[in-house]
Amino acid sequence: MSNTPTVEAVPHQRHGLAESLEIASLKVPFRIKVALVWLVIGGLLLIGFLKSGFDIAWMGDHAAAIVKAVWVTIAFSIIAIACAVGLALLGALGRVSRNPIAYGVSGFYTSFFRGTPLIVQLFLWYLALPQLALGLLPEQYATWFIWPAQVAGIVGIAFNYGAYMTEIFRSGIEAVPHGQAEAAAALGMSSGQQMRRIILPQATRIVIPPTGNEFIAMMKDTALIGLLGTTLMWADPFRMAQLSGKADFRNLEALIAAALVYWGLTAVFSIFQRKLEERMGRGYVRQSKAKT
Amino acid sequence: MTEPLVRVAGLHKSFGSLEVLKGVDLEIGAGEVVVVFGRSGSGKSTFLRCINFLEDPTMGTIEVAGIKIAAGSPTRFRRKQIQSLRKTCGMVFQQFNLFPHMSVLDNVMEAPRRISGDSAKDVKDHAMALLADVGLADKAAEYPIRLSGGQQQRVAIARALAMKPQVMLFDEPTSALDPELIHEVLSVMRSLAKDHSTTMIVVTHEMGFAREVASRMCFFHEGVILEQGTPEMMFDGSRLPETQRFLNAVM
Ligand SMILES: Nc1ncnc2c1ncn2[C@@H]1O[C@H](COP(=O)(O)OP(=O)(O)O)[C@@H](O)[C@H]1O
Ligand SMILES: [Mg+2]
Repeated sequence: MSNTPTVEAVPHQRHGLAESLEIASLKVPFRIKVALVWLVIGGLLLIGFLKSGFDIAWMGDHAAAIVKAVWVTIAFSIIAIACAVGLALLGALGRVSRNPIAYGVSGFYTSFFRGTPLIVQLFLWYLALPQLALGLLPEQYATWFIWPAQVAGIVGIAFNYGAYMTEIFRSGIEAVPHGQAEAAAALGMSSGQQMRRIILPQATRIVIPPTGNEFIAMMKDTALIGLLGTTLMWADPFRMAQLSGKADFRNLEALIAAALVYWGLTAVFSIFQRKLEERMGRGYVRQSKAKT
Repeated sequence: MTEPLVRVAGLHKSFGSLEVLKGVDLEIGAGEVVVVFGRSGSGKSTFLRCINFLEDPTMGTIEVAGIKIAAGSPTRFRRKQIQSLRKTCGMVFQQFNLFPHMSVLDNVMEAPRRISGDSAKDVKDHAMALLADVGLADKAAEYPIRLSGGQQQRVAIARALAMKPQVMLFDEPTSALDPELIHEVLSVMRSLAKDHSTTMIVVTHEMGFAREVASRMCFFHEGVILEQGTPEMMFDGSRLPETQRFLNAVM
């Protein structure tokens, strides 16, 4: 009887400090610990900045202009993603087409725009295209191809992302089971109706998550447009930070402010994307709300 | 005898070097129910899919309800013809192939809404009547994924009927179903045949259904119709050893 091992048989005092800490730590949920790690990283960075003479007062005066420039990023991104989706849709339809012209053009498009650096493409649109136009066209038409930096930038980003998204859309279209188009065809629907009414709506659901990722990447890449030398009116947070930071020798403060703007923007959009994905699940989730 | 509703003449189909159909001829009159049976791989699905040109025949002609199309290349004119022919054929697949992004009612209304030219109200009334016929009027607003296999297949039948086809093609409509769900689909098909005199070509191994409903049975063997006749002839009369062996195996 007496040597039956029980929990109480181990006296409390015998715990070493390390062991007590471990037991206490096990009681703290994982999420809380992760949050603490983030806090510590943030705290250390803050201390580092302050020690380095980080000018909070300057931030107070100038950060507002940098934050406000987020509207430029949002505008660039929305216009560019809209154009990119259109290009990608055309590109994907070309990639799944049996028409040699559509297939060839879309193949050339994706190959070139995925095979060359984005920054080079931006300068091609901004500097090389006008030269080409001037060399080929009468002057009154050539001037149509001389674009301000922000226009060349948006076009460049749209074509580049459109090429990557062409492959996303193509695989989305091909992921719709073949029986779907067959069922529609058997009903007498034309191939255009099959594509519009049956295949694309189902492909949309498949491509939304990867397209959201492309959009997030695109929002960050719009910062490259500033390198073409946009005017103050079209200056995004990065360009704004460069201009004001350089002027006052406050590059650290300005660039940190710009980085935080992009970071916040992508965080907000990630939440939005998750909500959208939940909505798109309609028709694919077996159990919905009121089923008892 | 009146003109046949479906006429298949000299039908050949090859996939690359594999010749799957080696000359099939078949005429089907209005109101007939033809059951097609035979070993897996004998070309039954390919035959059915050639009738509405889901597979392009290598040789031969297909005629349905007066629309006659020969094997050939997919010119614009021929594509139009194929589309018209398809409107006269309803097809039901083994895997149902309902549109998962649409409600049951929208599945049934989709094709007539796009291509029949009927008014929106007529299309909807007809679709609801068809859903009532297959016993699923109360599921009109559901999405397909929330239905059982048997219910999905009944919706698929209603969807195929929505274009008011003159002939219905069934490709093993109960093979993907759990055994206890088979009878609900068969009873819808039985009622189509008996109450509505629908012309049907049914690939199936449900021999009870065949005996009761078929006006004719066709035994497919290695790409040809080896033997055909009424169910009585097939089940009781003298027949070829291949047919006999197959029927013994499935019954
Ligand atoms: N799209 C295709 N490509 C190549 N071979 C095919 C294709 N469809 C069917 N086949 C072949 O044709 C033969 C007959 O198939 P099928 O008509 O489906 O037979 P059944 O329906 O009688 O089982 C099989 O050998 C099958 O592998
Ligand atoms: Mg088959």
